[in-house]
Amino acid sequence: MKSLIAYIFRRLLWTLPTLLLVAIMVFFLVRLVPGDPAQLILGDQASVEDLAALRARLGLDHSIPAQFLTWLGDVLQGDLGYSITNGQPVAQLLLDRFQVSAVIVLTAVTLAILIAVPLGMLAAWKQNRATDLTVVVLATLLMSVPSFWLGLMFLLTFGLTLGWLPVVGFVPFSTDFGAALAYVVMPVATLTLVEMGVLTRMMRASAIEVLRLEYVTHARAKGLSERRVLLRHVLPNAFAPTWTMIGLVLGGLLGGIAVLETVFTIPGLGRLMVESIFQRDYPVIQGCLLFTAVIYVIVNLIVDLCYPLFDPRVTAR
Amino acid sequence: MKGRLNFLIGAALLLVILVMALTATVWTPFDPLALDLRARFLPPGGAHLLGTDEFGRDVLSRLMSGATQSLTVAAFTVGFATLFGTLLGLFSGYVGGTLDRILMVISDAVLAFPGTLLALALLVVMGPNVYGIVLALGIAYTPSMLRIVRGTVMSLREREFIEASHVIGNSEWATMLRHVLPNCIAPITVLATSMFGWVILAESGLSFLGLGVPPPQPTWGNMLSTARDHIDRAVWLGIFPGLCISATLLGVILLGDGLRDRFDPRTENT
Repeated sequence: MKSLIAYIFRRLLWTLPTLLLVAIMVFFLVRLVPGDPAQLILGDQASVEDLAALRARLGLDHSIPAQFLTWLGDVLQGDLGYSITNGQPVAQLLLDRFQVSAVIVLTAVTLAILIAVPLGMLAAWKQNRATDLTVVVLATLLMSVPSFWLGLMFLLTFGLTLGWLPVVGFVPFSTDFGAALAYVVMPVATLTLVEMGVLTRMMRASAIEVLRLEYVTHARAKGLSERRVLLRHVLPNAFAPTWTMIGLVLGGLLGGIAVLETVFTIPGLGRLMVESIFQRDYPVIQGCLLFTAVIYVIVNLIVDLCYPLFDPRVTAR
Repeated sequence: MKGRLNFLIGAALLLVILVMALTATVWTPFDPLALDLRARFLPPGGAHLLGTDEFGRDVLSRLMSGATQSLTVAAFTVGFATLFGTLLGLFSGYVGGTLDRILMVISDAVLAFPGTLLALALLVVMGPNVYGIVLALGIAYTPSMLRIVRGTVMSLREREFIEASHVIGNSEWATMLRHVLPNCIAPITVLATSMFGWVILAESGLSFLGLGVPPPQPTWGNMLSTARDHIDRAVWLGIFPGLCISATLLGVILLGDGLRDRFDPRTENT
């Protein structure tokens, strides 16, 4: 128990320097853009007074470290500035858009785990037999399909050819649950399939390693049913590496969701990021980067903190 | 045995793509950039084997030219990440101390951005062009290589043959180059292979978003992006670039599996 608390504390402490560096990187990334931000935002025709006013608003007339500290102070208070294109508070914009992405990503990852874990276990159990081969080939093929292409093919098949599902657009769940569901079916199915591949392969590989261990032979020799051996003895140990993978998968999705949201024209966080890049809306770009990185750090923190649940040995390290 | 088969299928797939890319540097059936407004949206078959796009450009020629783009970007990016990741990883693992700690904090922060997101961010600074993409993705992937090399070096550092090399009077440099580095080659190769796939995927994703290689230069990603707008009347525009990306990724995955089996016999059947 004591080592568990120490583990959690150590893990929490380690995120602090990472988060600070993330903040520094996000801040300077935008400052590295060639040219005067005020000029870039207002265009070549802007008057001198407008430029000066904007520079003052962005704090551009102070030194870089001073600008950073002001910015960091605001960020810590939840003030990420205002969108240059539409004047909305960035924090609000991020939260609105994030809800949309989060629903899709979390549903897809949950579904992918629910399918991948039994499938991987089954393949490992039937190792080198026809079932195993089928699962491995399918999972490998799924891993090689880019999400935006699979999404496009779904759009073509179920949206245009068969006409079963609406092609473009999005309705919030709060407005019309049924319609919202129809819009998210294809994006969720696409993500689920794409992520299923890697998770199934991971699960199968670790289950095979566990199945070889002596304690499994011992459990079988004790006369336990095969079902009990697999569920109680193999599954928990084999799941641990897959669990770590989930953190990485979620992170990959946070970065990769933009392409999927573009295919299905979903107003999510990824789309916001891409739009803000095209519009050179620097406060929003900064906000998206910072927000996503922080979410990613938190997700990995949660994954790591839950890890001892599956593998108690980890706290000893 | 299975590893060998994986390796062969993977290598064959990649060879086909490579031949496509190399051929495109000297010859394509049509000029991939030539517009022909009388030949818009021609379906596959006839003179244009894989059809034409919304400007009457030959799809096969554009796919071939796209292969050159994708493979060049991937090769340079993986080269960048491997070179810097290996150098920094060697120093970090071998020298240790403050340098190691600083590099670890930096690589943690870089890794705190999901891969493509960091590349997106860096493209804001560098603008969408080939050099920008190589640099952006290269920086995003360097920490992964650094960590693998560092880990290998740290586990090697305590081994007898490294100590022996010191005892017989070899300098640190000689030990590093002659004894440490060769032992890192297996993990580096395996990671570089996977990385090649990540870059192909990331580059096509960025191009799909309109943030990658700028048009009219064809890439598989930006071909899919325009295909999306015409998918109702020209299905083939959406199918072939996707097949190219998938074939490349599949090749990379199988090659990687094959390599892993070869270098690490313990996981032969997994």
